[in-house]
Amino acid sequence: MNKPLSDKSWQYRQLNAVTPGLDALSDALIELVAAGEPIVAGTADLQYSNGLAKFHALHPDRFVQFGISEQNMVSAAAGMAAVGMKPYVATFASFLALLCCEQIRMDVAYSKLPVRLIGHHAGISLGFYGTSHHATEDLAIMRSIANLTVIAPADGNQLKEVITAANDYPHPIYIRIQRGRDPEVYAQRQPFTIGKAISHYSGTDLMIIATGSTVHPALEATRALRAAGASVGFLDMATVKPIDRDAILEAAGQSPRILTVEEHNVLGGLGGAVAEVLASEGLPVKLTRHGIYDEYSLIAPPTHLYAHYELDAKGIEARATRLLEGRA
Amino acid sequence: MTQPGRIEITGGRNSLRPTDEEIAFLKDRAKFCRLETIRLIEIAKVGHYTSVFSAAELFSALYYDAMDLRRGEPKWEDRDRFMMGKGHAAVGLFPLLADLDFIDRDVLDGYTRLGNPLGDHPDMTKVPGIDFSSGSIGHALSAGCGMALAGRMLGKDFYTYVMIGDGELQEGQVWEAALFGAHNGLGKLIGIIDRNGYQLDGSVDDIIGVEPIVEKWQAFGWETHVVDGHDVAAVATLLRTLKADRERTRPVMIIAETVKGKGVSYMETEPGWHLGYLDPSDAARAIAEIEAMEI
Repeated sequence: MNKPLSDKSWQYRQLNAVTPGLDALSDALIELVAAGEPIVAGTADLQYSNGLAKFHALHPDRFVQFGISEQNMVSAAAGMAAVGMKPYVATFASFLALLCCEQIRMDVAYSKLPVRLIGHHAGISLGFYGTSHHATEDLAIMRSIANLTVIAPADGNQLKEVITAANDYPHPIYIRIQRGRDPEVYAQRQPFTIGKAISHYSGTDLMIIATGSTVHPALEATRALRAAGASVGFLDMATVKPIDRDAILEAAGQSPRILTVEEHNVLGGLGGAVAEVLASEGLPVKLTRHGIYDEYSLIAPPTHLYAHYELDAKGIEARATRLLEGRA
Repeated sequence: MTQPGRIEITGGRNSLRPTDEEIAFLKDRAKFCRLETIRLIEIAKVGHYTSVFSAAELFSALYYDAMDLRRGEPKWEDRDRFMMGKGHAAVGLFPLLADLDFIDRDVLDGYTRLGNPLGDHPDMTKVPGIDFSSGSIGHALSAGCGMALAGRMLGKDFYTYVMIGDGELQEGQVWEAALFGAHNGLGKLIGIIDRNGYQLDGSVDDIIGVEPIVEKWQAFGWETHVVDGHDVAAVATLLRTLKADRERTRPVMIIAETVKGKGVSYMETEPGWHLGYLDPSDAARAIAEIEAMEI
């Protein structure tokens, strides 16, 4: 007997083959190959996690399996870019941004090579896999590396548009994504401009700014607050670097309070970037940075963690309500 | 001294053994590399003399014989690529780049001065002729793997040469690249270990031993060759031989037996010279020894 008895049993490869969480990455790259682009995609033993198995199956000659050798992968991607290819390399954000930080700085960013670094399963989205698999520092680290652009798409559709927009972008990019099971914020084919925030609502009581995985819940929270009568605006700050200064200044001009929401340490990420803009302009705005408060996450399934850390829609709404009521 | 740059397009010769005239030229260029290193370090007042001196014949055989290059065309698409993990030996490479008209003489003469593109480590974004930046030891073989693999994907015929130090073998990433290069059958990737036996804190054997080097690379699936790294004729012959087989399906690792500080007696016996400065009086002694050296 070599098959499981119950159809409730499942195994990793089969599950991902039937319902791949992260289709968007492969789909976008397959389109670029079809358009004749010298795309090459690589991963470090995670092709079923990031969905690159789909790309692999279609373009085995353009796929590189690096094995559990992330640093080699990043340096080799830089070498590939140096001779004219457009490499996309993907692994868990925790390994990419922390384990390979120096390879990213020296070989990719300092060398100004157009490598696309896909850090997936970012934030605390790997739940009870624990701190080794969480990335709550990657935005801060990647943001401080010169020449590197940092983008956190909110969903698969936006990821595709980011990849399309990035095709001829001459700089290296760190693209921070989640598990690929994210609820959709955007319809398909909404063109993306690197460095431009996407304004969903304006507001005179509070402006919420979110990035990546927190866009969907923060947008829901915004809608709930607006339905309850508060004038709450919302900005999707998908590009964390270079940050859209004009959008932040405009938000600060409208509202006396800004709440940043990120699945990341409150130090150095989106909140830090917004704080830098506000402080350097000397704007009298009350800024609250919401996220992970400089600690390591508890162990729990992701949805439980989001509730615990007030990073789901309800939690963000509660956090914003306290701010509006002047309680915190 | 022979006029620099007699060779317009190097590489791809028919005869595997260089002629006596070619050997004399390669020796002369190795000497040029050492003398220029002393001259440039006088500008910076600190530098890695001995790391260059162990590699001078390797540089000469690569840049004036083995590699397909075009004078004055550092961005020629089909050129062979070179990079080194031991980026601190770049001071010995820059004079060759100037000699090949990749960079201006004036730029060379401004080595390490404010705003000059030439520093202790090579920067591909600033220096024409530098195919990959380095400085953090251990990355180069990975980058070389990427280049060689991309070359194959793009249908290019160029070779990728990566020089690494023996101390560099202590970096874990080198062994990731060793696995990767062999697994992918990168036959146009040629590594060269400058096995001079020393690193900053002492001898490699004393710090963290890396022997047996040859057996390690063999076990990792690489074609290995051991050569006297100061016998420029032997190095050039080996490199020509390797290039003659364009159907190779394994990467190559050359273990070049070298002497750190080769050519200057008081440096050859003192590992402290990994980093240092020669007062003009000592520089004169070093120059005299190098001028007189006959390998």
